[in-house]
Amino acid sequence: MRIGVVTFPGTLDDRDALRAVRLAGAEPVALWHGDEGLQDVEAVVLPGGFSYGDYLRAGAISRFAPVMDRVVDAANGGMPVLGICNGFQILCETHLLPGAMIKNAHRSFICRDQPLAVENVETAWTRSYEAGQVIRIPLKNQDGQYVADERTLAQLEDEGRVVFRYAAGATHGPAGFEQNPNGSRHDIAGVTNAAGNVVGLMPHPEHAVETGFGPDEPGAGTRTGTDGLGMFTSVLRSLVA
Amino acid sequence: MPRVVVHVMPKPEILDPQGKAVAAALPRLGFEGIASVRQGKRFELEVEGEVTDEVLASLREAAETLLSNPVIEDVVSIDVEDA
Repeated sequence: MRIGVVTFPGTLDDRDALRAVRLAGAEPVALWHGDEGLQDVEAVVLPGGFSYGDYLRAGAISRFAPVMDRVVDAANGGMPVLGICNGFQILCETHLLPGAMIKNAHRSFICRDQPLAVENVETAWTRSYEAGQVIRIPLKNQDGQYVADERTLAQLEDEGRVVFRYAAGATHGPAGFEQNPNGSRHDIAGVTNAAGNVVGLMPHPEHAVETGFGPDEPGAGTRTGTDGLGMFTSVLRSLVA
Repeated sequence: MPRVVVHVMPKPEILDPQGKAVAAALPRLGFEGIASVRQGKRFELEVEGEVTDEVLASLREAAETLLSNPVIEDVVSIDVEDA
């Protein structure tokens, strides 16, 4: 099972995403932003970072990379695509996902382990979880505030397309941002398209895939959190289903 | 060379954290009486040749697809300046 991870100029988390794919049991395939093909991968991850320095808007220029034409075609054809952080911003700029990200409401960069409620376990990237399960994975961003107009928000809620919602229990944060770290509408941390094959989220599952390197798991010891691995095992289950 | 100036602003209903930061800093520097600040972007596009209606239409499309994101921003003006 080949899963591609795209590197853009300024991508930071491609190596961790490739590693997460491998730990989940798939074959990681490094894709380059200038590629015209997808090397026969069966799913694609757009990782986090600051592609093109976030110039213009986060994700705005990456959207026009040659490889993105292939990713958009594949996504429209049903291929599972996951956008993490900057990858989520790119998916919004391509209009594969609705809405957009603006600067955090408190205007600061924020980095913490973030609890998330998994609200939709039918997507290609979440079927290893249980509905309502709260997972804890790292969050780190400057432009993480999810916004969309009221009609779009109502549609997302009605169709169950809010995949992840910020939950209480983070260890620290600016006053007023203990649960929702950035002012996102409806506490939205991640959404899916209507078909459920494209998912984007701001927090980082690829940083919580191996004991000793993940978030602290309350009651279970230091750095034992591997809650992010479920996203990568989910897509394997989706592809063999 | 003629110049086309494009102004892009955050939509009125979208919170503008940068504008709010500027608004909070103004009274600290002694600039009083400013009720609010919204921060936008100005693009200066140098055009090769004459700015025909066709060129302007294509720049408008560029402004609405790349220079702005219609989910969060409005193109508030596109003006031609002769240099």
